[in-house]
Amino acid sequence: MRYTILLHYPEMTPEDLGEGGWEEGEREFSAYAATLQAAGVLVGAEVLQPSSSTTTLRTVDGVLQVQDGPFADTKEQLGGTFVLDVPDLDAALDWAKRAPSVGWGAVEVRPGATHTVDGVWVPNA
Amino acid sequence: MTAGARAAAERAARDSYGRLVALLATSTGDLAQAEDALADAFERALTTWPADGVPRNPDAWLLTVARNRLRDVWRSAAARRWAPLDDARALAGPDGVDDVDPDAIEDRRLALLFVCAHPAIAPDVRTPLMMQTVLGLDSQVVARAFAVPPGAMQQRLVRAKRRIAATRIPFVVPDRRAMPERLPAVLEAVYGCAAVTWRQDGRALAGEAQHLAVVLASLLDDDAEAWALAALVTLSLARRQPGDAFVPLDEQDPATWDEHLVAEGESYLRRATRPGPPGRFRLEAAIQAVHCDRRRTGAVDWAALRTLYRALDAVAPSLGSRTALAAVVGRLDGPDAGLAALPPEPAPAFQPWWAARADLLARAGRRQEAKDAFARAAELSDDEAVRDYLEARRRSG
Repeated sequence: MRYTILLHYPEMTPEDLGEGGWEEGEREFSAYAATLQAAGVLVGAEVLQPSSSTTTLRTVDGVLQVQDGPFADTKEQLGGTFVLDVPDLDAALDWAKRAPSVGWGAVEVRPGATHTVDGVWVPNA
Repeated sequence: MTAGARAAAERAARDSYGRLVALLATSTGDLAQAEDALADAFERALTTWPADGVPRNPDAWLLTVARNRLRDVWRSAAARRWAPLDDARALAGPDGVDDVDPDAIEDRRLALLFVCAHPAIAPDVRTPLMMQTVLGLDSQVVARAFAVPPGAMQQRLVRAKRRIAATRIPFVVPDRRAMPERLPAVLEAVYGCAAVTWRQDGRALAGEAQHLAVVLASLLDDDAEAWALAALVTLSLARRQPGDAFVPLDEQDPATWDEHLVAEGESYLRRATRPGPPGRFRLEAAIQAVHCDRRRTGAVDWAALRTLYRALDAVAPSLGSRTALAAVVGRLDGPDAGLAALPPEPAPAFQPWWAARADLLARAGRRQEAKDAFARAAELSDDEAVRDYLEARRRSG
């Protein structure tokens, strides 16, 4: 069963984090990914650029609009995702508890419904 | 059949129901589906048993029919669209229902209790889920106990079961490492079942709540707090008063208490007693046991109660325990000391605080203030019998 772990947290610059803070975060994310990989549960992961780099498209009154900035202007932004393949929710929650950002932002665990294999949709199981 | 025998037969039937639901759901992860299949099996039993006779092992018969029913559901679902989630796994996999030996029906209700009180399930639906799936109570009965419209309760239950299946909450008993983190929620939900039965609306289910607490303690076997909870619930049940009028604990006639239940509750409390600091439920059960001891001694041991409430306030501080402690202090050191021990007026308003304050004011002879406080306590109560009692005390001044 596939679960996506969505990491939401307040966005910080290297300056906000202070001396060595950024590097420490990188080290923690590396260790986390390595542990997931070694356990054989990691399908894929991605840490996103800050929401200031995002561009949002939406159709308003039938007109497609392209705008700078994130979909929702909230304090905590989606910062990264980990896709895991584990037997059940308890296993997914156990891994989510160890996510490096759990100390400073919400960690959401959501079961997948369907995903693609070679471009073809396959149900989650 | 006497009312008692009927209740016992119904309990036995619903016990089987809980066991079978737990077993069927354990292998599929889908509670709603398990319940539907079992409902079909019971329906078939009602038509075939009167004609063919009751099978040698009724539970195994029901399980087999329900299992076949599940398999039919999967087949037709598989034919309709691509395999919905775990159906393929359940049909073919080693966890499949086929492995269930109908002659050795194991008790998986403990796993089901942990599913009902899983952290991913909203706290307000955990107790209703247990009452419906483990105790086999109708959702309308559950709704009435919680004073919630039946439709709303039904919707909550359906949503929770859908969530259990969709997120794949595993039907397992947590291992030793996870147990300390997971067990309190289960105890709390079982306690919640007892708590609703202490209200007028839920009174008819008091026996059910006690049964659930004893089932939990028996299945866990050696957990002190679970036995303490069973003791607490059993001793409270023993003091249940006949009739509709509310009688405060220290004015109850001990001769009306059920001595068998008192003995049973005390035996559970002994199983909960072990070295080390007592937990919240052991203290609460001990408080009940002190009250029950009035049967033997003829007097309430207020000093023992003060010690226990102080300990409870240290282990599990709550507005409720602090308010109760103040009432006990009022009996020992006089109403003024009790009033001084009351916490500041809580917001939002807390009914037991107003009831305790009213009683202390009345004992202190502050009649007008007492009248006002009794009125406030009555107004805040959601139990008609308690309201009537408080109104009567307000009038008697």
